[in-house]
Amino acid sequence: MTQPALEAAEARIGAAGAKLGMWLFLFTELLFFGGMFLLYAVYRGRYAAGFHAAAAEENTYVGAFNTALLLTSSLAMALAVAALRRGRRHLSLLLQGATILMGAGFLAIKSVEWAAKIGRGLYPDSTVLLARSHGEVLFFGLYYVMTGIHGLHVLIGICLIGVTLGLTARGRLSAEQPTLLENTGLFWHFVDVVWIYLFPLFYLVT
Amino acid sequence: MPRPEPQTPILGTRTLLLVWVSLLALTALTVAVAKGRLLADYGVLAALGIASIKAGLVLAFFMQLKYESRLLQGLAFFAVVTLLTILAGTFADVWYR
Repeated sequence: MTQPALEAAEARIGAAGAKLGMWLFLFTELLFFGGMFLLYAVYRGRYAAGFHAAAAEENTYVGAFNTALLLTSSLAMALAVAALRRGRRHLSLLLQGATILMGAGFLAIKSVEWAAKIGRGLYPDSTVLLARSHGEVLFFGLYYVMTGIHGLHVLIGICLIGVTLGLTARGRLSAEQPTLLENTGLFWHFVDVVWIYLFPLFYLVT
Repeated sequence: MPRPEPQTPILGTRTLLLVWVSLLALTALTVAVAKGRLLADYGVLAALGIASIKAGLVLAFFMQLKYESRLLQGLAFFAVVTLLTILAGTFADVWYR
């Protein structure tokens, strides 16, 4: 095998290893969120009435809009990866930027929702919340922890895409070297999958 | 000399757009089912079922798991099965206690 061919083969093996590593990290993330889903399932089983009452206060349409926004951002990210691999750098930059904007939009809407709840005195340990049933207290506790940690993941994702955006602009990520963008995409889509389950659990199951 | 891993194909814009449209349609469906209380007693199951179809679409196409090696697909399968086993085991314990 000639030297360039050998180097190309090594690069591809390296890329495959990096992708495998990313997936293994996502499996640990799956079990991390899984623990919280487990807690939700058990408490929901035990305090069905309280969860029912609390979930009815969520605005389903705001939640649905935010879901659509995050799903669309995932589309933009998948298209950004495809564009880079086809060598269309400018299109990829545009799509990565769009992904960041939609992610930021998701967080903005989420924070308005949080602010509205906090404004009504519904936050952990508040006198208003503690006066309610045990099930409702648990529901809002889980709501803040799970959407909060998910939101943190969205924020981390936005920062990562900011990095890939810079590297793509400087030509460090390209059709020959798309691995970092692909792995960032995997992270972004995973965060999307988590929200796909959070949405019905907090907005629909009333 | 190990053979290099085959690369996943570059998905076409059409395919990705179709997946996106399906995801939005399923989101609308799950909201309609919940708001209209169409499946009164099975509402939770329907919501989680639709969520799982959506998650499957994202995994298969956006994350390209459909085109990955058997090794990666197997690992992902066992990760999900592990989580489901823990969930089912705990739930069985809580339910029949």
